[in-house]
Parts: sequence; structure tokens; C-alpha cells
Amino acid sequence: MRFINFVGDFTMSKLSKRNFSTDVIAFNIVGYVLLFLVSVICIFPFYLVIVGSFTDEATIISKGFNLYIPKFSLEGYKLCLKNPETILAAYRNTIFVTIIGTFLSVIMATMTGYVLQRKDFPWRNGFSFFFFFTTLFNGGLVPYYILCVRYLGFKNNMVALVLPSIFSVWNMIIAKSFIRDIPDAITESAKIDGANDFLIYIRLIMPLSIPLIATLGLFSALGFWNDWYSCMLFIDDESKFTLQYYLQRMLGSVDALRKLADKAGVPVPQLPMESMKMAMTVISIGPIILVYPFVQRYFVKGLTIGAVKG
Amino acid sequence: MLKRSASKYTSKSIGKLLYENRILLLMLLPAVLYTIVFSYLPMGGIVLAFKNFRYADGIFGSPWVGLTNFKFLVISGKLWPVTRNTILYNLAFIIVGMFFQILFAIVLSEVRGKKFKKIAQSSMFFPHFISWVVVAAIVYNIFNYEKGVLNNILVSLGSARVNIYNNPDPWPALLIFLKTWKGLGYGSVVYLAVITGIDQEMYEAADIDGANIWQKIFRITIPSLVPTIMIMLLLSLGQIFRGDFGLFYQLVKSNQKLLPSTDIIDTFVFRALMSTADIGMASATGLYQSVVCFITILIFNAIIKKIQPDYALY
Repeated sequence: MRFINFVGDFTMSKLSKRNFSTDVIAFNIVGYVLLFLVSVICIFPFYLVIVGSFTDEATIISKGFNLYIPKFSLEGYKLCLKNPETILAAYRNTIFVTIIGTFLSVIMATMTGYVLQRKDFPWRNGFSFFFFFTTLFNGGLVPYYILCVRYLGFKNNMVALVLPSIFSVWNMIIAKSFIRDIPDAITESAKIDGANDFLIYIRLIMPLSIPLIATLGLFSALGFWNDWYSCMLFIDDESKFTLQYYLQRMLGSVDALRKLADKAGVPVPQLPMESMKMAMTVISIGPIILVYPFVQRYFVKGLTIGAVKG
Repeated sequence: MLKRSASKYTSKSIGKLLYENRILLLMLLPAVLYTIVFSYLPMGGIVLAFKNFRYADGIFGSPWVGLTNFKFLVISGKLWPVTRNTILYNLAFIIVGMFFQILFAIVLSEVRGKKFKKIAQSSMFFPHFISWVVVAAIVYNIFNYEKGVLNNILVSLGSARVNIYNNPDPWPALLIFLKTWKGLGYGSVVYLAVITGIDQEMYEAADIDGANIWQKIFRITIPSLVPTIMIMLLLSLGQIFRGDFGLFYQLVKSNQKLLPSTDIIDTFVFRALMSTADIGMASATGLYQSVVCFITILIFNAIIKKIQPDYALY
């Protein structure tokens, strides 16, 4: 936000100094056209999906997906919502995983970051390297998968959707550099008053880190909401699917759609498969579209915090 | 009070130090446990590359087979094609992505009209917020042979339909486009932040000297971006052996016809892992990727350290 205002002021001052010379006009025309084109390219695909989701199935079968809605129909959505066991379960699972996962991620990143930025913590360099090394070298997918499935019992376990993603070294580094800028005097005076380190973190550091918490929370929430990878690796049980994985299955196999038709009591040939695929896509990104206008600026802010001090 | 010198620590016994820092250590415990379980234990699991893994016997019970897995991997002839694809795709992603991110950062910084700019930036940022699964749904909507919007339009214009799902040729362009599309808004923020941080007096001085907007962009803005561009370039080159699994997996699935031009190390390892017969080969490829990745990161970080020590990873 601040830098947008700043850019605004800057252009205002320029405006007053130089009245529109030809080069500035030319640049602005080209710039406007480019920005307009790229905005359309970024948004138009979503329009197509929404149009597809509201189009009558027979029309899609005979004429394909369209740029407009030739014949309006809610069949795709109706059938999606007729399946409380599967799609609503996927919604519930995704919300559950996102809330728990985001909460734990924020705690893990800030708590670890707080300890590692404490200048009086004697082993902070050693621990920092211990964490950082994992970004340079890793064991790869195969040992990880076998460890999770054979030794940790992650197969068909909802824990597998949350636990592997609750700690990110990059988020911890962002937290560390943010908290480092909070004056040490706060920790010092609280120590003199006899507060212990955990209380200092919870009562003093956290309330001063609201912008950090907002940014990390949004990054994590987005990651958990959009996660299909853990679900694909570990979950076979349909009642434990997340939204994204459910969508992936619907797009990928007729089989998944057939099961859905069975449960809804609709004969397979009459199943509005195409409009349903699009309806399911809209359902899975719906909440993101709804909150997007309100949270977008925190992402921009967070990126600049993280980028400067990576 | 708290800023004690390091020499004071050494004079204290380790037991006393541990006791004094017990709460801080407890606060570190969850992250330490997490890292041991999900990062360091799998590192031990790389021994699998030298074993014939049998699920029932576990990692330690399975018999050693020396370099057999690597031999199979080399004989299969797949190592080079997937390595080549990974490197070429990542190079294209880096070059094309950076070009557009920088271009739009400059345009956003110079164009007037606050509201329009804000809307444009929000639109550009949006694709970052969706998963590759949703992107796959979009591609299906547009490119499907029978029902896709594109084929629909082609037919109405009197041309023939195109089927991209059985032709590997258009895929590199499509994947590069999608990757650039999804990363544009996110990537341009970094450059935009640098541009807004440029000393405004330089532009004012240029104005007084009668410089036009193009001269200001090419003589002030772009040169000021060069250090950031170098760092971003080197950082991403360090990751050149790590593919974007989500992009390739969701868009291509395991479509055999497309694999020659779209199979990367990450998707190859995943498919090998999922067909249990190939676990040996999957873990050998995984170890190969980890080692090569590690070496490239070290090399590029050493370069960064030489030219701009502040930005080195360690």
C-alpha cells in the first residue's frame, strides 16, 4: 500500500513539473495497452470456467464450451451439492486442514524465529545451520514417502495432510528478520520483571508482530487450501479427500464421476459431467475469489518484507 | 544486562547453560523434531538407492545391491532426456519469466492512473492464488479436443480442430506460457519494490537535463535493477535441477504421448515410485537429483558471495 501511494505522489510531482510531453504520452499509451492485455489474459480464463459451470450440459456436448452462456443451467452445481458424503466432506476437510495447519505454521515459524534471533541464546548459529541445511540438501521423495507410509502410518491418516507442511524454513527466516527489528529493550525489561521467555514471546512479541502474523498466516492458509500433493501421496479414502485433490480426480477419471453419480442416484449417461467439472472448479476457488480483494495487499507487503531480507 | 560476551559462556558449565536456556530450548523443540523427522531421517534413507527395497523388510532389512539401481537407470536411457528437459524448461522459465516480470514492473512504475494500475496489479497477481489443479481445469476448458473453447472457435472459423493432447510439440510453449502467467504478478513485486526505492533525485536531475522517459528507463531504472536481476538469476540457476512437479504433473498427468517433451526428473521419480517395481530406480534418480542440486546451489552461492556477499544464502 505504502509504495503504491508513494508511486502516486511521485507521479503527481512529475505531472506538475513536466506537462505531458510526447514521449510520456507514447509510453502511457503502450503501457495502458500492455497492462490491459495482461489483465485480460490473467482474468479471462476464470471467466471461461464460470461460464462453463453455468452452461447446460446438452449444449456443452453438442457445441462445446463457449465464450458466453447459450443456455443457463444450475445442474452442475446442483449435483455437486447433492453429494453430502463426498464434496461437502472435501470442503469440511479442506477448511479443517487449513485452519489447524495455518495456526500451527504461524506458531512454529514465529516461535522458532524468535528464539533464533535472541542474541543471548548461545547455540543460535548452530541451530540456524541445522535448519538451513535442509534447504540445500534433502533425501528426496522416495525415502520421505517410505518413511511416512511405512514408519509413521500416514496412509489414510488426516495427520498426513497437516503435519508435513507445518514448518517452512523460509517462513521462519522471514519471522526471524521481522522480530529482530523489534527493540531488544522489550525482552530485557520483561526479563528484569521476571517474565519467562515463553511469556515474553506470547504476551509481548506476538502482539507486536501482527503484520508478520497476517502475512505468514495468509501464505500458509493459501498453501493448505491449494494442497493436493499430500492428499495424492497419502490418502485413498474418499471421505478424507481435500477439495483440490477431489477436483483433480474429477478432471482425471470418469471413474470418480461415476461413483459420484451412483451416490447421487443419477444414471451415468445423464450425468452433467462437463458442467460439473467446471462447477467443481468454481467451488474450489470460490473462497479465494471472495477473500482475494481484502488480502491481496498483505501478500504484496509480505513479499517485500521477505524479499529485502531473505 | 543480557548482552553478555561470548567468552562468558565458555566459563559457565554446559549444565548451567542448558538450565538457563531451558525455555528457549523447549520453544525450539517442535521445529527441531519436525526437521529431524521430515528432513534428516529421509536423508538417511538415501541408502535406499543402494538397496533392493522390499516393503516388508523395511529400509534397513532390505538387501544391499551396490550400484545395480544406478546401472539400471543408466541402461534405461531415461536419465539424460529427463535431465535435459528439467534444465531446458527451467532455463526458459527463468528467462521468459524474468523478462516479463521486469517489463511489467517498469510499466507499473511509470504509467499514470492510480486506480487502473491497482486493478491491473490485482489481476496479474490472481493466478498466483490458484493451484495447478485449477490451471489444469482451465486448460481442459480451452484445449479439449471435442469441447474446448479454442476448438469451438476454430471450427466456427472453418479451420480444423487441434488436439494438443496427442502431440508433444506445442507443450513446451504452453508450459512456459502457464508458468510465466502464474508467476508474473508475484515476481514483478520484487522488481517494483526495487524501482520505488531508487533515489528520486536521479530522475529529477534527468528531468532538468531534458531526458525523455525512454532514456530514464534505460539509463536509470534498468541499471539500478541490474544487481537484483543478477541475484534473482543466480538464485534461480542454483535450483535448475529442481522441477516444478505440480505444473508438469497436473497439466500432463501421465500421458505417454506427451512424455518425450514434458517428462522432468521430478515426474519421472514420482511415476517410478508409484509403480512399485521401480522403487530402486526412483531412489537412485532421487539421490542423483539431490546431489546435483546440492552442488549447483553451492556453486551459484559461491558466485553470489563473490559479487554481493549480502545476498549469499550463508
